[in-house]
Amino acid sequence: MSEQVSPGEPLLVAEGLTKHFPVMGGFPFRRKVGAVQAVDGIDLTVRAGESFGLVGESGCGKSTTGRLLTRLLEPTAGRITYQGRDITHASRTELAPVRAQIQMIFQDPYASLNPRQTVGRIVSGPMEINGIHPAGGREARVRELLETVGLNPEHYNRFPHEFSGGQRQRIGVARALALEPRLVVADEPVSALDVSIQAQVVNLLRSLQRELGIAFLFIAHDLAVVRHFSQRVAVMYLGRIVEVGDRDDIYRRPRHPYTHALLSAVPEALSAGTPRERIRLAGDVPSPISPPSGCRFRTRCWKAEPRCGAEEPPLVRLEGNAEGHLTACHFPEAGSTTARTQDVVLDPALSG
Amino acid sequence: MWRRFKRDRAGVLSAYVVLFFFLVAVAAPLISKVYGKDATTTYGLNEQGLLNEFGYPVKPNGGVSGRFWFGIEPTLGRDVLSQLVYGIRTSLLIATAATVLCVLTGVLVGVTAGYLGGRTDYFLGRFIDLLLAFPSQLSFIAFTPVVYSLFVSPEKETPTYLRVVTLILVLWVLGWMGLARLLRGQVLSLREREFVEAAKVTGASPWRIISKELLPNLWTPILVQSTLMLPSIVTVEAGLSFIGVGIVEPTPDWGRMFANGAHYYESDITYIFFPGLAMIVFVVAFNLLGDSVRDAFDPRTGR
Ligand SMILES: Nc1ncnc2c1ncn2[C@@H]1O[C@H](COP(=O)(O)OP(=O)(O)O)[C@@H](O)[C@H]1O
Ligand code: SF4
Ligand SMILES: [Mg+2]
Repeated sequence: MSEQVSPGEPLLVAEGLTKHFPVMGGFPFRRKVGAVQAVDGIDLTVRAGESFGLVGESGCGKSTTGRLLTRLLEPTAGRITYQGRDITHASRTELAPVRAQIQMIFQDPYASLNPRQTVGRIVSGPMEINGIHPAGGREARVRELLETVGLNPEHYNRFPHEFSGGQRQRIGVARALALEPRLVVADEPVSALDVSIQAQVVNLLRSLQRELGIAFLFIAHDLAVVRHFSQRVAVMYLGRIVEVGDRDDIYRRPRHPYTHALLSAVPEALSAGTPRERIRLAGDVPSPISPPSGCRFRTRCWKAEPRCGAEEPPLVRLEGNAEGHLTACHFPEAGSTTARTQDVVLDPALSG
Repeated sequence: MWRRFKRDRAGVLSAYVVLFFFLVAVAAPLISKVYGKDATTTYGLNEQGLLNEFGYPVKPNGGVSGRFWFGIEPTLGRDVLSQLVYGIRTSLLIATAATVLCVLTGVLVGVTAGYLGGRTDYFLGRFIDLLLAFPSQLSFIAFTPVVYSLFVSPEKETPTYLRVVTLILVLWVLGWMGLARLLRGQVLSLREREFVEAAKVTGASPWRIISKELLPNLWTPILVQSTLMLPSIVTVEAGLSFIGVGIVEPTPDWGRMFANGAHYYESDITYIFFPGLAMIVFVVAFNLLGDSVRDAFDPRTGR
């Protein structure tokens, strides 16, 4: 690799990244009648060698973000740069040199492996496509990779259906590693697995991140999984990033009400013994086709005021926040997660 | 898969039956040589004592004898077994060629429409709808003579090979849409699967995705549909020849044997019996084979 980026330097930068999926309808001619604002103007930076967590409820646009960054989807607006090189609208051939360096691990271990290919073919496919001939041959390299991810190299000729979910996810990890990437986008890699297996796979990813110095964009729907894995965390809500910061800032001094709500759902988010606040979010996430005006969280926020509907809160460093800790809220929380005087329960039906 | 298929007795048996028919078709000249008779010689006219004065075989059961195993044809006195063997050859040649073309077209159009989606998919879809809107039996009858006249002026005799080519063409043009539509649907769902995205992330070209990721998942429907398509094309071809727009005399044809047989069935049922029985056995065996292939490929049917 010619352009080396030392750890801590920005590797992948997204600015104002936006993806709107058109909603088609109408008769007799189908036409665009609206748009799903899956991702709406997000900025994020993944630095070389770091693990970056992206957290938010299901449907908030995390997978879409991951697919935009790996260029599986075409951004509607915004800019993506990889090592300073604009890849926002790069075509497949233009992307080729970068392709190998940005890989992806998928959420569904059953859909992400071709049922008609053997493990050997699945893992060697990326090398074949990119014309990589490792010393000792591809098969030897595949066996080595299988061992790296904790699988038996003798399983080379088996088909995916012979494996459990956790083993399949390991195969997916081996495939992602085949090209020796610098950045891996892991889209909820463990949420489809049994709880007992989740820790094993997370540990595998963590050791890979440390030993191989690979940067990770780790997507998850709760803050629990990300906690032990990510140095920096971004919280997403309805296509926007509402808070981003170092792990300790997010877990110990969160300012955004939504981050508080997410944290209160994490068991032992704080050291044992400290009384913990309880927040239960009422209602559903609003539709991304017509998101609320102003702050998108206001329909579920217990601090919402008229200003929240009129003015969109910018993602900025609030007073008292550490460097790099940005929050998008007009009336931020004080910045601790210890107990309030009263539980915040927004929906009476949920209390009890 | 292969093991599963072998365990299916009906499937294996029907595979042998189907294979037998193809062997007969391929080896028709050999069979005719060993058997010592051909399909066009009018034995009944050349020799005295085989047909009576009304043109019917003298011997009972349509003239079945040690010499003419399946009897002889009324009026012209040709050998029924030779006719049948060569008829099967003609019909299977046409049906196989048409099936291969239909499958190739169906795969090409279906996969293209499904993979590219959007506008391409829309127009291909409407084109398929248009072709499917033709009532197929009627269109075959209506179009076949039209296509003949494109090649040869109506006054002249149409050469046999042109008739064969025309039949294949007509059967092809009106026969591929079902498979195309089926595959389009399959590709549409397959291409959303994450393993296709995984291939894209590693930089796979569209061609590689289609050939290495999608096609291996489509062999089952392709194989099953082909095994169901071939017998149906055989019957359609037989139907065309029966009506008189298909293969004409003197080329032997399976379907036309029914047409002739229907003329004589009141006085000579044997003549229609053998071609009919052969056709029924063939179609049933092929359909059973199709079912077995599907079962063998489908892991959900417990075997
Ligand atoms: N291909 C698509 N076409 C239309 N809408 C989509 C598509 N993919 C995702 N969406 C919509 O975008 C929103 C965000 O989806 P997604 O990124 O998958 O969320 P997450 O991964 O956070 O659960 C959802 O409302 C989803 O319905
Ligand atoms: S801006 Fe207003 S509605 Fe939005 S999170 Fe802050 S207080 Fe709640
Ligand atoms: Mg998702």
